[in-house]
Amino acid sequence: MSKAYETVIGLEVHVELATKTKIFCGCSTAFGGAPNTHTCPVCTGMPGSLPVLNKEVVNKAIAVGLATNCKITQNCKFDRKNYFYPDNPQNYQISQLYYPICRDGKVEIEVEGKKKFIGIHEIHMEEDAGKLIHDPYTDSSLVDFNRSGVPLIEIVSEPDMRSADEVIAYLDKLRMTIQYLGASDCKLNEGSMRADVNLSVREVGESEFGTRTEMKNLNSFKAIARAIENERERQIDLIEAGKEVIQETRRWDDTKEYSYAMRSKEDAQDYRYFPDPDLVPIIISDEWLEEIKNKQPEFREEKKARYQKEYGLPEYDADILTGTKKLADIFEETIALDANPKKVSNWLMVETMRLLKEKEMDAEDITFSAANLAKLIQLTDSQAINSTVAKEVFEKIFEEDIDPDKYVEEKGLKTVNDEGALRATIEQVIADNPQSVEDYRNGKEKAIGFLVGQTMKAMKGKANPGMVNQILKELL
Amino acid sequence: MDLSITAVELGKKIKDKEISVVEATTAFLDSIEAKEKDIHAFVTVDREGAIKRAEEVQKLIDGGTLTGPLAGVPVAIKDNMCIDGMLTTCSSKILSNFVPTFTATAVEKLQAAGAVIVGKANMDEFAMGSTTETSYYGETKNPWDLERVPGGSSGGSAAAVAAEEVPYALGSDTGGSIRQPAGFCGVTGIKPTYGRVSRYGLIAYGSSLDQIGPLAKDVTDCATVLEIICGKDDRDSTSVKEGGDDFTDALVDDVKGMKIGIPKDYFGKGLDAEVKEAVMAAAKALEAKGAVVEEFDLSLVEYAIPAYYIIASAEASSNLERFDGVKYGYRTEEFSDLHNMYKKTRSEGFGAEVKRRIMLGSFVLSSGYFDAYYMKALRTKALIKQAFDKAFEKYDVILGPVAPTTALKLGESLSDPIKMYLGDIYTVSVNLAGLPGISLPCGYDSKGLPIGLQLLGKHFDEKSIIRAAYAFEQTTEYKRPAFAVERGL
Repeated sequence: MSKAYETVIGLEVHVELATKTKIFCGCSTAFGGAPNTHTCPVCTGMPGSLPVLNKEVVNKAIAVGLATNCKITQNCKFDRKNYFYPDNPQNYQISQLYYPICRDGKVEIEVEGKKKFIGIHEIHMEEDAGKLIHDPYTDSSLVDFNRSGVPLIEIVSEPDMRSADEVIAYLDKLRMTIQYLGASDCKLNEGSMRADVNLSVREVGESEFGTRTEMKNLNSFKAIARAIENERERQIDLIEAGKEVIQETRRWDDTKEYSYAMRSKEDAQDYRYFPDPDLVPIIISDEWLEEIKNKQPEFREEKKARYQKEYGLPEYDADILTGTKKLADIFEETIALDANPKKVSNWLMVETMRLLKEKEMDAEDITFSAANLAKLIQLTDSQAINSTVAKEVFEKIFEEDIDPDKYVEEKGLKTVNDEGALRATIEQVIADNPQSVEDYRNGKEKAIGFLVGQTMKAMKGKANPGMVNQILKELL
Repeated sequence: MDLSITAVELGKKIKDKEISVVEATTAFLDSIEAKEKDIHAFVTVDREGAIKRAEEVQKLIDGGTLTGPLAGVPVAIKDNMCIDGMLTTCSSKILSNFVPTFTATAVEKLQAAGAVIVGKANMDEFAMGSTTETSYYGETKNPWDLERVPGGSSGGSAAAVAAEEVPYALGSDTGGSIRQPAGFCGVTGIKPTYGRVSRYGLIAYGSSLDQIGPLAKDVTDCATVLEIICGKDDRDSTSVKEGGDDFTDALVDDVKGMKIGIPKDYFGKGLDAEVKEAVMAAAKALEAKGAVVEEFDLSLVEYAIPAYYIIASAEASSNLERFDGVKYGYRTEEFSDLHNMYKKTRSEGFGAEVKRRIMLGSFVLSSGYFDAYYMKALRTKALIKQAFDKAFEKYDVILGPVAPTTALKLGESLSDPIKMYLGDIYTVSVNLAGLPGISLPCGYDSKGLPIGLQLLGKHFDEKSIIRAAYAFEQTTEYKRPAFAVERGL
């Protein structure tokens, strides 16, 4: 590579809104369910059926728009996007082209200490499609319309990002904001958040944009980062070889770490957008807007500052705890049960993070309850169990949300505070390990650690470590 | 029984136990059986279901549950309105096997009022046409002259009423589809204000223009039916809650001081002299009753047809995309892949006029033409609405012909679609402006064919046109069609 290149990236992010019912009918949006059980004449495109807008979708879209500093289109409309595909029961998708609900927003991101604004071109509301299932036995395709009509917003950014890190920071920011709003759970792997990457490269200093491609099928942040790197290189290679980048839509195959062209601009469809005559314009009054503004929750930055101030947490801890709404929620719920904030933070920062990493889970997948964490902290505070046992119990809480009181009782994990029993065990340990005793007496302070360990082992971990230390020193 | 009876008269006889619901229903079903070979007003006749329903309705009337004016009265429903469990074809091959799982709101309201549905009325395929000749199931004939068209697209509904196969029917009007066939068949029909009647369950042609309305033998019947079917529906966001819906209160013979405007533009080139004469005579009759009648320039009349055909076709091209052979309806026998299946299904399933409008609509919405056609048509629509609003500052009612001519011969207009489209000149602008209109007979030409009079009102002011129509109706006498008279039926 002889020249320096700059990557220019814009994103189209689809987010499934967490409403109870679909955007244009009363059917459930619940995930799963036997095929075509969450359906009605409207979301299966029956002749004569008509869409009626679910106001909650508008509320959530406005909330996201306000949180991302957008202007809200107070007189907005739905349009029809016409294209034939069997997962789309009417063969048109109800979306917004001419008057999207939000416009001209921005969010601040931070990469390696540098802050930057990413512009948001628009946010529009639309309906999701159904799902095609290919049956290899009959060589036919079946359609499940359970997802048809699930509300989506599409957040279209400006081409303001310059690296994969910025893209991840932007997505993270969006995800966090939307989760904090309760507008969606934003799970990339389950498709409740989907990102398409528009990317072009140009020589550093060039003012015109290069020809861009659109990358689809990106199911994780890692896949997005890999796809960006790969596409950047592919485009630079083309330019360096004196070839042209073709404006096209490409599909990313993350297992092969390779993308292939799906369709070029030439065979792009004409969607024949026009205002949907079945839906009346949405008039968003100032009062309506004000109502949503007043309901906006505490966002990450505010929470982070409060955790430091109110609970005296270090910035690093506050950052991690507010890093997902789920963690922040558990933190706050556990504190509400009178647990010590620093201790709660410790369990979340150390053991929870370790287990998440070990089990390759996201914080959103956490299933344990604040109540059981609070009980565990209570058990350690009262010295009913020692820290080793507590870790073991926490793992059970993490996995199965067990009640620690019952569990400790049933498994007989309570710390042994009986001095007589401890003394007998320790005497035996001393007798069995003359070398360590010798070392300690010769000034090797560390040797006592081994003896403590042996004692704990003999007591199956249930000994009170303070007492073990004390008795050991006394006997030695 | 005398089949020339009106719906309200029959409802009263049933209430007074002069005739049972089953007797009345059977009489009309027998009438259908005797005349269908010649008229062909129906796609589906449900004799068994109707008689069973008649027995149930009779019990509800006897038990005091059903007390309304139309309880027990048989009705025909245009075949573009969904009825749970009843074949609903839109007179198209593509829906030849479609049985809905739900019922249109307007039909549901009639059922709740005790209506007995005898069948589904023939129409132009997907309501596209002005003659009922584009039906896949064959044309309907005009009971006044079997060699002529009944008008369209609600030709089956109008012919069934005129031929005394049913006392009343529901139709739908996108560009004149209730008013023009009512005019051609010598019956009365109302196209309500857009939003007055729910469109839920009406298989859409032009969604921003479609309205369901009644066709019957007189103004009283139409007002009575409209009063039942109107109202805001939570399942149709374009329906509205609006007062002034006590339509039967407007059935008074008094037009003193009512201001009636006659658009000069409606009486120029292309209007048949006999039609003109009859319509002007109607204006005179109303003037004689104390109405203030004057002529005025409405303007923009010549732009209504192109604007209408662009908007209606654009919406239709999108509305009809769902008929693809995937979920319901006709699917081609053999195909090689998905796109081949779409193509063959739609090529075989739609008739020529439907295809013409889908192509026209797709063209005007396509990139590069959208502004020049569709947007311009929308602007024209807004201007036409303004022109009417301006006229209604001065007048309570606007009076004119329904169509330039009386019923045409079968096959005459199919060969020349432009000629057929031009026949809609007096009706389409009403849909573009969303106004209510009524069509009622005002005389007969030298061939003995009925001539239609059209009265237009302000938004949600159906009562003024009902009042004017009722007053005019008192100066005329209802004539039975030649078909019924000649055959002694």
